[in-house]
Amino acid sequence: MSMGREPFRSVTSAVVPLPRNDVDTDQIIPARFLKTVNRAGLGDQLFFDWRYRADRSPNPDFVLNRPEMAGRNVLLAGHNFGCGSSREHAPWALVAWGIRAVVSSGFADIFRNNALKNGLLPIEVPSEDLARLFALVEADPSAQLTVDLEAQEVRLPDGATIGFEVDGFARRMILDGTDELGYLLGLEPQITAYEATHAPRVSTVA
Amino acid sequence: MHTPQPKTIVEKIWDNHLVATGTEGAPDALAIDLHLVHEVTSPQAFDGLRERGLRVRRPGQTVATVDHSIPTTDRSLPIVDEIAATQVSRLEQNCRDFGIPLHGIGSPHQGIVHVIGPELGLTQPGMTIVCGDSHTATHGAFGALAFGIGTTEVEHVLASQTLLQRRPKTFEVRVDGDLHPGVTAKDIILSLLSRIGVGGGTGHVFEYRGSAIRALGMEGRMTICNMSIEGGARAGLIAPDETTFEYVAGRSHAPQGTEWDAAVDRWRRLPTDDDADFDRSIAFDAGELTPMVTYGTNPGMGFPITDRIPDPARLADTNQRDSLRAALEYMALTPGEPILGREIDVVFVGSCTNSRISDLREAARMLRGRRVADGVRMMVVPGSTEVKRQAEEEGLASVFREAGAEWREAGCSMCIAMNGDQLSPGQYSVSTSNRNFEGRQGAGGRTFLASPLTAVASAVTGRLSDPRALL
Repeated sequence: MSMGREPFRSVTSAVVPLPRNDVDTDQIIPARFLKTVNRAGLGDQLFFDWRYRADRSPNPDFVLNRPEMAGRNVLLAGHNFGCGSSREHAPWALVAWGIRAVVSSGFADIFRNNALKNGLLPIEVPSEDLARLFALVEADPSAQLTVDLEAQEVRLPDGATIGFEVDGFARRMILDGTDELGYLLGLEPQITAYEATHAPRVSTVA
Repeated sequence: MHTPQPKTIVEKIWDNHLVATGTEGAPDALAIDLHLVHEVTSPQAFDGLRERGLRVRRPGQTVATVDHSIPTTDRSLPIVDEIAATQVSRLEQNCRDFGIPLHGIGSPHQGIVHVIGPELGLTQPGMTIVCGDSHTATHGAFGALAFGIGTTEVEHVLASQTLLQRRPKTFEVRVDGDLHPGVTAKDIILSLLSRIGVGGGTGHVFEYRGSAIRALGMEGRMTICNMSIEGGARAGLIAPDETTFEYVAGRSHAPQGTEWDAAVDRWRRLPTDDDADFDRSIAFDAGELTPMVTYGTNPGMGFPITDRIPDPARLADTNQRDSLRAALEYMALTPGEPILGREIDVVFVGSCTNSRISDLREAARMLRGRRVADGVRMMVVPGSTEVKRQAEEEGLASVFREAGAEWREAGCSMCIAMNGDQLSPGQYSVSTSNRNFEGRQGAGGRTFLASPLTAVASAVTGRLSDPRALL
């Protein structure tokens, strides 16, 4: 019953640094791009208003426009990444651009949920470790990090590791390449039993 | 004798809705009483159902409307924006195919999803309510556990009427004392956000308590719960009381007769037990509050309207300093300058935060006999078609029109600027909505969040103004 996606264990990549706190989902993908009825094809809209000037020319100061960023899979971001709206278009856009893991000292709740459901890893590390990672990337912009979901650690080029916690259930789903709806539908007997003893509290039709 | 463990209202609602307790590390499966659907976050979820050959499990606990991407101009005309028109017609098709009631364009019940739920009596105490929209916390004003979800979760709820969730932590927000004239529910929530910041409530559900909260009507309570997400909390709620019951009674989907009595008996048992523990608490006095306004690019960057722009150089934390510096640069504001008297271009009264009839009554009371300043565009966008009808019947619409404001059709409008209602780059707005993120009201636009009273006072003077001078 479960829809597959590729099982995912770890990613090794140089890093896209975005040292800004409270990056909201309106920056990740502005609302005017939410009129789409599709999930795919949102990579071009990622960070659109930071990426492009009013005349639609690329803003050379924004990190994604540096040529060496193309193909990188790890985003390093300031605290409280993904705050604001519930739009799942935010992780869709990040994944479409190529990001597989976002490393930060904190994530907004809805963004974290949405990311995990799309195989995008929200990796929360202590703020002093985040500062260490930003310093590392500033000193060596091509430094590669490995985000290992199976081992639950971030590996640095010098062999140092930073452990992280992640929701165990979501972790298993991503490692197995399954999704949660299959699990939920497997609870059919419990759902039926609940409904048999709990009349609907409201009817939207009557 | 066995004494039951004291519980918060959140824990009571949670336990009443447990379909399956998570085992082997899985989250709990929670039954959902009411699922609200709109055009923007649902099409991909319905596609998912079709791909798997699934139906909507409980169409009678699901309701849809259009609000985000629709124009707020003449409803008899077709939608000019083809992409938006496609999204709206896709919702209509999905509701037909899956048997979901839809309050679409032309329906007397159309409106912002968080305005029509309470208006129709669908929102009731003790419920679990979800919607693919982060402002779902609005419904918490009724003592419901209501929160925003992503599109994948929308699909989960459509398919199973349940949701996999981890039990949240609880955060008590206690506000005692009396608000001064000119200070409103919006100022309470903006003050809370300025104290805890945009991430302060992450992982928690707020429970708003105290005499200042009790003294508010339901619509003021909705304004507060609405912005819970702006403090990082997915949900925020207020225990139901007589004010709640009075508001719900007689609405079209509310229980009737003996069912009503039984429901009220149940609802009276919901409030948090006296000895229950919260994971965190904050308290402040409503009597110390003044009208609030935001100066930065997130809702936590707010202060009393009489304050001066803060200086990033005074912040010790480099990240916070950089964030404030970037925010002030975007807003083109200088540290140390007063915010009062700042010239503005647009005033927006609307959104799921402040577009209900009591908001419009308050705004109209201040605007009556005055005029919107030259060079200022003021838009008043009712939260629902029913609010619009009522405001026209009460003569509020004529007050707005005669003052030179635009009186428009119901929708999200310039809160999210998806429908063409938007700021031009560089413009300043005073907005009664909930987000001042960069570009939220249009690329390059700059937003000052405030109460409807502050919005009207600013519209009249053409400058950011203290409403207490116009009371």
